[in-house]
Amino acid sequence: MPEFNWQYTGLIIAAVIGTIMGYIAYLILLERWVAAWVQDRFGPNRVGPYGLLQPIADGGKMFLKEEVIPGHVDKVFFVMAPIVAFSTALLALAVVPIGSTVAPPPAQPTFAAFETVQAEYASHFSTVIVPALDIGILYSFALGSLAVYSVILAGWSSNNKFSLLGSMRSSAQIISYEIPLGMSIVGVLLFTQSLNLETVIQYQQDHTWFLFTQPLAFLLFLTSVYAECNRLPFDLPEAEQELVGGYHTEYSNSMKLGLMLLAEYAHMITTSFLMSIVFLGGWGLFGLESLVENAYAAFAVKLLILTGKMSAFVVLFLLVRWTIPRFRFDQLMSLAWKVMIPLSILNVLAATLVRQFNITPWAMTGVSAVLFVGAGLIAVRNGPVNNAPRKLKKPLPPGLQAGVTYAAR
Amino acid sequence: MSTTRVEKDVKWIDEPKLGLFENLYLPIVFDGLKTTISHLFTRKVTESYPEQEPTMVPNYRGVHRLNRDTEGRTKCVACYMCATACPAHCIDIVAAPAPADWVGREKYPETFVIDELRCIYCGMCEEACPVDAIELTTLYDLTGLSREQLIFDKEKLLSVYDQTVKAGTDPVRTQSGNLGPASDTAQAGVPKA
Repeated sequence: MPEFNWQYTGLIIAAVIGTIMGYIAYLILLERWVAAWVQDRFGPNRVGPYGLLQPIADGGKMFLKEEVIPGHVDKVFFVMAPIVAFSTALLALAVVPIGSTVAPPPAQPTFAAFETVQAEYASHFSTVIVPALDIGILYSFALGSLAVYSVILAGWSSNNKFSLLGSMRSSAQIISYEIPLGMSIVGVLLFTQSLNLETVIQYQQDHTWFLFTQPLAFLLFLTSVYAECNRLPFDLPEAEQELVGGYHTEYSNSMKLGLMLLAEYAHMITTSFLMSIVFLGGWGLFGLESLVENAYAAFAVKLLILTGKMSAFVVLFLLVRWTIPRFRFDQLMSLAWKVMIPLSILNVLAATLVRQFNITPWAMTGVSAVLFVGAGLIAVRNGPVNNAPRKLKKPLPPGLQAGVTYAAR
Repeated sequence: MSTTRVEKDVKWIDEPKLGLFENLYLPIVFDGLKTTISHLFTRKVTESYPEQEPTMVPNYRGVHRLNRDTEGRTKCVACYMCATACPAHCIDIVAAPAPADWVGREKYPETFVIDELRCIYCGMCEEACPVDAIELTTLYDLTGLSREQLIFDKEKLLSVYDQTVKAGTDPVRTQSGNLGPASDTAQAGVPKA
């Protein structure tokens, strides 16, 4: 184990939280801008130059608003929900590398060898809050799924049927999409033989990005992440049209609501980091990053590459929001249970076979394509998914013209 | 309610069959993303109002004006047609015999007051006017600090004319020059310029 250096850790925690908070503030501004631009509007452009001070105005507004706790809510859980939301979202970032990292050394045959490699490892600096955590991505997933508690707590304690409906939908949705989310990276982890994210990056440095060898897993992961983050097209928990505000209806526009929204964006950032690390090779960019000789410059370049990839995913989040219409709840469930879970199981099966018989990892690319097109062919054969209740067809009364149903009543 | 609708008038639309291309989702999603991204860079339709003033359509019905004739006198012949036509009763005219030197004019409005707050900007007054003396201009930003400020008298309404003529924002309906056909008898003795 590398020695715990409280200075490094404290520095990274402060840097990460500070940066992420600033990033989220401007992410919200970017979200509003993108929303406006896509609709051929300007977006916020009044506060400061080009509206760049808008996040500060928003934050100030949220802090200054009155904290209203309605009389009919369960106060303890009502107050707890935003705390749970925000703290889990931030905690999930702990194992996620945000810049250059060094993979922890593998197991050694002798204790002396172990000591040597560990000493060598301890001399490196990794931009992770908790480096070399062996359960790595599992920890991140575990805390990510805890986020559903905040939604349930908020919805249930609000004592409001719309909030409860929103949170119930959310729990069903998140629990359903956890399965393909977890299953899709099993194929990846079979190859890296480690849950540790630094090792995952190192594996992709040595071989190739998992985006190329396991595109189907990437697609499943991406889709599940959209559902996990409650982003469109899966934003059923806060469907304004049907549920007023969803699970946060009863939260007035104060900092409690602000924390909920911040947590949502923090979740987006964490999952974008995860996608860039697990499928896009983390801080690697086809060897370009190793061209920089200077250690400090290399550190900055790697940081830039990884955050750039993360930002690309975040922008994709924003663009997809205005591209795909929302799923109906039954469609959402059929997508998870009838399409994504079978596909992810088949993907794991294929990965297991490729691994067991030592076939080249590129076989997975072909398998992914076959599975993907196969799923499409099955969908063509079965026709559109129609879970809507069949309408009873009433026979027309005799002597009445067809199509004139109103007059018959 | 019509009961003459028959089956052949009813157009039944089948849900389009989805082929492999559509069922793969991704091509369609990319197509949608292309549209979304193209909109990021299109020209925005928003007008930044206080900085960028909108150009109103020429038949916009804004603040009234009292037109002047070629000699700078008010065109109005105080016939009360506008006040009669006004559904909001916001026009108040006091007629008086025209000054002696106004050749061919019988009457003129001694006072002509429009309550811009009562007005509903329907344009009936300008439709009723036989001599095209009253018109609605394209001025839209009518504000005041009190109700009294927005009761426009004759001088104010004539100044609106001067202002719009100077700015070149005549309403599309304007007929310049001589009075309209209703004043033909009044002007019979005047040789046309």
